[in-house]
Amino acid sequence: MTDFSCADFGCAPPVEDDREYVLGDYEGPVARWCPGCGDHSILTAVEKLLVAEQLKPEQTMFVSGIGCSSRFPHYLKTYGFHGIHGRALPVATGIKLHRPDLNVFVVMGDGDCCSIGAAHWVHAIRYNMNMVAMLLDNSIYGLTKKQTSPTTPQGFKTNTQPYGSFLPPLNPLTTMLGTTNVSFVAQTAEWIPAHLYATLKAAYHHRGLAFVRVLQRCPMYTVSLYEQAVKNPSLIEMLVHDDGVLTPELDAIYRERRTHDPSDINAARQLADDTDRIRLGVFFRDEHRPCYDEIRRPTKITASERIALLNKELDRYAV
Amino acid sequence: MAVPTAMLADDTTAIPLPSVIQLAEHTLEIVSDSGEGAQKCGQIFGSVSAKMGNGVWTVEIIPAEIQPPPRTPEGASGNRIRIGSRAVTNWGDQVQLVVAFNEQVLLSRHRIGALADNAIILVENLWATHPNPDIQKAWQQALGELATRRYRIIEVPMEEQCLTIDENPRKGKNMFALGLLAYIYDRSLARIEDQIAYTFRKKSEEVYQRNVALLHLGYDWATANLDFRIEVATSTSDKPLVVMNGNEALALGALASGMELCAMYPITPATSVSHFLAEVFEKFGGILHQAEDEIAAAGVAIGASYAGKVAFTVTSGPGLALKTEFIGLAVMTETPLVVIDVQRGGPSTGLPTKVEQSDLLAALFAQPGDAPRIVIAPSTIEECFHSVITARRLAEVFRTVVMVLSDANLATGVQPFPRPELLAEWQASEPDLAPLPPDTRPYEWNSRTGLSPRILPGQPNGMFTVTGLAHDERSKVAYGSGVHQRSSAMRSRKLAVLQQMLTPPVINGDPDGGDLLIVGWGSTRGAIEEAVDRARAKGQSVSSLHLTFLSPLEPGLTAIFKRFKKVATVEINYSDEPTDPFITPENRRRGQLAWLLRAETLVDVDCWTRVPGEPLRPGAIAEAITRLIDNEGGM
Repeated sequence: MTDFSCADFGCAPPVEDDREYVLGDYEGPVARWCPGCGDHSILTAVEKLLVAEQLKPEQTMFVSGIGCSSRFPHYLKTYGFHGIHGRALPVATGIKLHRPDLNVFVVMGDGDCCSIGAAHWVHAIRYNMNMVAMLLDNSIYGLTKKQTSPTTPQGFKTNTQPYGSFLPPLNPLTTMLGTTNVSFVAQTAEWIPAHLYATLKAAYHHRGLAFVRVLQRCPMYTVSLYEQAVKNPSLIEMLVHDDGVLTPELDAIYRERRTHDPSDINAARQLADDTDRIRLGVFFRDEHRPCYDEIRRPTKITASERIALLNKELDRYAV
Repeated sequence: MAVPTAMLADDTTAIPLPSVIQLAEHTLEIVSDSGEGAQKCGQIFGSVSAKMGNGVWTVEIIPAEIQPPPRTPEGASGNRIRIGSRAVTNWGDQVQLVVAFNEQVLLSRHRIGALADNAIILVENLWATHPNPDIQKAWQQALGELATRRYRIIEVPMEEQCLTIDENPRKGKNMFALGLLAYIYDRSLARIEDQIAYTFRKKSEEVYQRNVALLHLGYDWATANLDFRIEVATSTSDKPLVVMNGNEALALGALASGMELCAMYPITPATSVSHFLAEVFEKFGGILHQAEDEIAAAGVAIGASYAGKVAFTVTSGPGLALKTEFIGLAVMTETPLVVIDVQRGGPSTGLPTKVEQSDLLAALFAQPGDAPRIVIAPSTIEECFHSVITARRLAEVFRTVVMVLSDANLATGVQPFPRPELLAEWQASEPDLAPLPPDTRPYEWNSRTGLSPRILPGQPNGMFTVTGLAHDERSKVAYGSGVHQRSSAMRSRKLAVLQQMLTPPVINGDPDGGDLLIVGWGSTRGAIEEAVDRARAKGQSVSSLHLTFLSPLEPGLTAIFKRFKKVATVEINYSDEPTDPFITPENRRRGQLAWLLRAETLVDVDCWTRVPGEPLRPGAIAEAITRLIDNEGGM
């Protein structure tokens, strides 16, 4: 996700140490999500990834918005930025532009990303900066107690649409796959830890913005949402490919498999558009799309160089 | 060739030497339809005048649309330039000379009282004989209306002349007009040519040559046809000077401050700050990020600031409104941030291109919850430059938001000032990513001052999660009443500490007191002080003070105010007149600074404010001073 060191942006490198990081180096305080919340398993998968990749906790940043899932950074011992509703992506953009040496992960909920923050979502995909973005999609506003979200299924009863959600849900996958400069779109599920982990790992190693939608249940308000799929693995189709996600350990359980080449965006769009089946895996990946943070990388200058340059600018205005 | 009606000499008579009118100062305007380049002409004239040693102040006359209908009073676009033999601090009262590309834009200036009664008018006479009878009629009607005043109208065959050089006179009239002005005010043609070269540096050599030819054409026509010249003595400064507009000064100040990231979204009249930065910022190791919206611009700046050197965002009123929630986050998380607000008329979309000072209270208070932040306002072009350097430093030291309130008057106004001697200490230092002692707390508030050192991501042992939720010293979410009480106090205390470091404002006039004290802030300084100086010269007991710090307020105000019989603010924002229907002292809406000063000092501060969509004229302020003194103890 990052090929920079501190020296690349002009500040002193941190003290090197070759210690091995263990789970305890990343684990924060006990998470205060409801028992049974999908966020727990996502946090576990992320911690596992951090250990596996041996990411320095001080070089790693989790940026979130507002909502249940946005408490995520509080439960890690890395740096975290728990900002305001819908605006995790702009904050992460600023961090990554200024500090390309940091590993930046963005954690958002469905209301956060697809509703109040939708403008930033589309543009972050186009910026395609080197970050991992996770959409923790439980199809409901949980923290504010059961209001319709953009991904709430049609007809689903909530406190704001008590006779059932009026409209078909927004499809985050087709939205992203239709956005210019998209470079990585994957879908996984919170109740399949091995797939979740493998998907996050693929996302981490992607060049560009790796966007992972994690299907998730809210144990309070959308407990029935994926009930059938959890019980019956045949309702899920795994997208498999050497360039995508392979989870051989799950093959015995998830027998519905489709070989999908993630470089084929048209096939990806078709598969994403067909919502009769739950499909997990990498829908699309292209590592050769322009990354805004790589394009916007000015050479750092010293204070005296700045003064010399500025004097030249002032010469233009000299009387 | 059409002969100007004002000229009586016929072709056989030798041209008499022009009479030279010597003046200490002169104010002129050049107005055209939008897109005819009057502004460019005015800008070049202003810059060259400054470079030749005149005091200069320029103001742009801008319609809100890019191409409003031609030949309409509402579409007038151009520039006012006031030049003097000494420093000029404001746009003055009325113009003594105007160059107009058609009679309709001229009428607009006449109707709003911009023209002095004896103004000299140089107007394109193409319209007098235009094939369209409606236009001919409009011309005649306009001249009839103008004849009610003692203007001296000189008809100039601009288009006819320009056609000898360029088949599209609409593109070249401005340079012809510049030539007229160069002759009248005896400006150096070599300097003007240099300035043309700079202005059109992105265009071809051919464009430059054509513009220079048009300049000379205008100059030669004026030489042959005008019987007067105006001389405003120049003086050479012993200090090197620079001349620029306020937005350029803000951008240069940002460069001098060492900030390396500006995130913005296009908005009038702030955008030209980013135009300047877009050209040069990368050379300075900086990034100008045009965000997807105003909110994202604030978010990107906050993210960048949080992670490294302080960053900034530039906006105007509507954008400031959109950034409100993020500004609260920066205050709450104690993330340094510089927000530059180039104010325009409001509320809502308001007057996008016109000056107003009506964002003061929004800058101070627009926020749910208590969100103390620093607010400063430059009052000159020079202060625009320095205010950004100050803002960056304050943001970093006090770990908070610093708002810089400029306005449309400063943004496009051009004024010379002493060339700054650049200092390395103005610049942000490189981020220090040294390991921290174990168990370092992210908000290690000094209980007395509220100040705490900033931790940057990348620092070993410093890991914590920033949150906009109420939090304790460890940045842990904490809803306990004691925690919120203390953290609120710490964020507030910082402003009190800053206030104690400030010096009381300097009084222009009599520090011991008098009948009236005028208090101003921002771009009105020059006009207020000129008005006060005129009033004092007439024997009126009036003084003024001008505030740079609006939050915290500069110290000692109550004591100063008590030395004057009456205190009143002069501002470009709305207030009710005491004599308006239904208005009583209890329901009267007052100027925004007056509102603030009354609350902070318990002094019965009055105000005189206007929202004319243009800068205040010193003459109008001088009249207000007389009324305020006469009405002493009134409302």
